[in-house]
Amino acid sequence: MNPLTSESLTDKEKNELMQQIKQEVAVANAQEMLSKMTEKCFKKCVIKPGTSLDNTEQKCVAMCMDRYMDAFHLVSKTYSTRIQREHNRM
Amino acid sequence: MSTEDIMEGSKIAETELQEFFMAEKQKAQIQAQIHEFNDICWEKCIDKPGVKLDSRTETCLTNCVDRFIDVSLLITNRFAQILQKSVGNM
Repeated sequence: MNPLTSESLTDKEKNELMQQIKQEVAVANAQEMLSKMTEKCFKKCVIKPGTSLDNTEQKCVAMCMDRYMDAFHLVSKTYSTRIQREHNRM
Repeated sequence: MSTEDIMEGSKIAETELQEFFMAEKQKAQIQAQIHEFNDICWEKCIDKPGVKLDSRTETCLTNCVDRFIDVSLLITNRFAQILQKSVGNM
């Protein structure tokens, strides 16, 4: 039997499963964000890696993170507007 | 409750779960797409991360997302035409 058929699942189990999936999607999203931000801000802020992360670099990284998230929100808004528009055209 | 009622109930629960999975899957795909757009447009539009996204950068980001989607649609359509032509010639 397919283990995912809900015949064998109680309501409680079903809710737990749904919560777990929601959480996994959220965690994957956060991990992707973290990994992209690290890559992009390292590239922007650490031009010549020295013996330590100096003050200017740390400040640059902090600012870069904030701008990366700003950009993400704007891109996300633009994309959802576009999806809406394409949807209406159909 | 008859056996039939129970069967009917589990069918409804199964559809509900199925719909939930599809919605979460779509959510994850859209989030992944936003990460990709942000990656591409960050490279195009951000020179040095400043204290805020200035309006020029914001315009660049929104245009970047929309033009990327335009290119993607254009290429998809044209590629489909090329494929169709080559199938027609066989």
